[in-house]
Amino acid sequence: MARITLDHIRHSYGPKPTEAKDYALKEVHHEWEDGGAYALLGPSGCGKTTLLNIISGLLTPSEGKILFDGTDVTNLPTEKRNIAQVFQFPVIYDTMTVYDNLAFPLRNRKLPEADVDRRVNEILSMIDLSDWAKRKAQGLTADQKQKISLGRGLVRSDVNAILFDEPLTVIDPHMKWVLRSQLKRLHRRSGFTMVYVTHDQTEALTFADKVVVMYEGEIVQIGTPVELFERPRHTFVGYFIGSPGMNIMPAALEGSAVVVGNQQIALPKRPAVACEARLELGIRPEFVQLARDGMPIAISKVEDVGRQKIVRASFEGHPLAAVVPEDTEIPADPRVTFDADALNLYANSWRVETGA
Amino acid sequence: MNKTWNNKAWFLVMPVLLLVAFSAIIPLMTVVNYSVQDTFGNNQFFWAGTDWFTDVLHSDRFWDALIRNLIFSFVILAIEVPLGILIALNMPKRGIGVPVCLVLMALPLLIPWNVVGTIWQVFGRVDIGLLGHYLRILGIDYNYTQDPVDAWVTVIVMDVWHWTSLVVLLCYAGLASIPDAYYQAAKIDGASGWSVFRYIQLPKMKRVLLIAVLLRFMDSFMIYTEPFVVTGGGPGNSTTFLSIDLVKMAVGQFDLGPAAAMSIIYFLIILLLSWVFYTVMTSQDAKS
Repeated sequence: MARITLDHIRHSYGPKPTEAKDYALKEVHHEWEDGGAYALLGPSGCGKTTLLNIISGLLTPSEGKILFDGTDVTNLPTEKRNIAQVFQFPVIYDTMTVYDNLAFPLRNRKLPEADVDRRVNEILSMIDLSDWAKRKAQGLTADQKQKISLGRGLVRSDVNAILFDEPLTVIDPHMKWVLRSQLKRLHRRSGFTMVYVTHDQTEALTFADKVVVMYEGEIVQIGTPVELFERPRHTFVGYFIGSPGMNIMPAALEGSAVVVGNQQIALPKRPAVACEARLELGIRPEFVQLARDGMPIAISKVEDVGRQKIVRASFEGHPLAAVVPEDTEIPADPRVTFDADALNLYANSWRVETGA
Repeated sequence: MNKTWNNKAWFLVMPVLLLVAFSAIIPLMTVVNYSVQDTFGNNQFFWAGTDWFTDVLHSDRFWDALIRNLIFSFVILAIEVPLGILIALNMPKRGIGVPVCLVLMALPLLIPWNVVGTIWQVFGRVDIGLLGHYLRILGIDYNYTQDPVDAWVTVIVMDVWHWTSLVVLLCYAGLASIPDAYYQAAKIDGASGWSVFRYIQLPKMKRVLLIAVLLRFMDSFMIYTEPFVVTGGGPGNSTTFLSIDLVKMAVGQFDLGPAAAMSIIYFLIILLLSWVFYTVMTSQDAKS
């Protein structure tokens, strides 16, 4: 168990990076608490796996240092970092039994056989494969194989951190829930520092205490699920988290009011922004109220998604989504109001404080 | 479900049947024909029954050649398979080294067999050959035309030089199919180099190794050209393998009956041994 410090880390796969776009991972400078459950969330190719491999030592960063509990481990090989990692696709040792697969990391570290047996049986019952212990791992289903990979990651009790690289991709949906809650429980009980890479927001939000959102090689926000939902620091976070994502519209400032098209929306106080900045207004569909008075919109489509409706409309020429309760009447002359607390103003894609 | 019977379907397999008939079945049947008859030319044939088979199976000459052949196959497998694995493991995985190594490895395989024989025949000569000459200078009494041990060493080294590449290329293909995640996982699990080989690389190479062993066994058991060019089966009969013996009997002595009988026995032995190899090696798969 360890506190992980990422000290000005940058990484480029090319030999001589010169500009920002050469870096697969732009500067990352953060400290992750001991015992925290972090999810690295972002689209494919945003640098999540690069960052994970830097932590596990499979990659050495081009620049910067990585510290576990204050000790520099940048140049330590993976096996010396005392880390467990679970990969996207199952990695199993075909010729061994399920039991031996799980015992492998422990036996390699010369643990007494009694301890090995205790740990392995514990994990076997956790991943629900006790009945398969004596079977060869070869003939198992993809699900079961991935559970073994997962189990091998969890079997050691002395690791600094456990890293998961999209481990549930190949698992059946219903099993995902089960495994995820088991992981969560294990995390609470054991207090390992866990880092979980995923591009699935549900997975990230349910697993982690802190979600690290990455975009184009950069960490754009680290926050609790609530923070990400209510106060996205970057328009990408607004767009990526939530379904449908945040409404983002080009805007201008007039005094302490935001102007979108012909509409003025008052802010509690005048935000401090440079005048040349590109401004955008963000509002989550959940905070758009459909009403008889307010600002006019043109509705193009209403999607019924069960307990609520998603209204797709055009507001001053910009697409706008609103989430309304299922029994809401859609008025003939629809108008909207925005919850003042839920307004977010973005200058050059980054959030500015509006006092809301 | 009712099967539809349509005898016209036979016409569809006719071309293949004809091809196989002319290329394999008919030639094989002529050999069978010779093996049960005696002929003195002029197309006169006399029924001989199983006499030739009994003759061959009771001749020391046949058994000696068979044993020599088995020893030869065993020795080259014992050298080429581990050596091939070792080389494949040490070949570069990416970069410019890959094509360079692959081409270098493929070179011996591209040389016609009799040329390989000629190369080594000249190479080993004590008067003008690089190998033979310098071994002499080093004080080693080497002469493959007179010493049976030297002849064997030459023939084996030649085969290793010629065919280890095949094992290397097959193993390399097997190794290339292992995803990086396996090596990364092994690192994280703290596996030693030996464990990585034993639990990741070897299992992944198993299938191609099976093919490599089978191919090398069949080929070495039928070896003819290279030792024939180098030693001609000598000195004495020390490097006379089954196929060399067979050619001596059929073409040299014109004993068509015994030669035909021997061919059939030879064929059955190869078939049997290959089947045994295959069954033993695949049965381990089935068990797990």
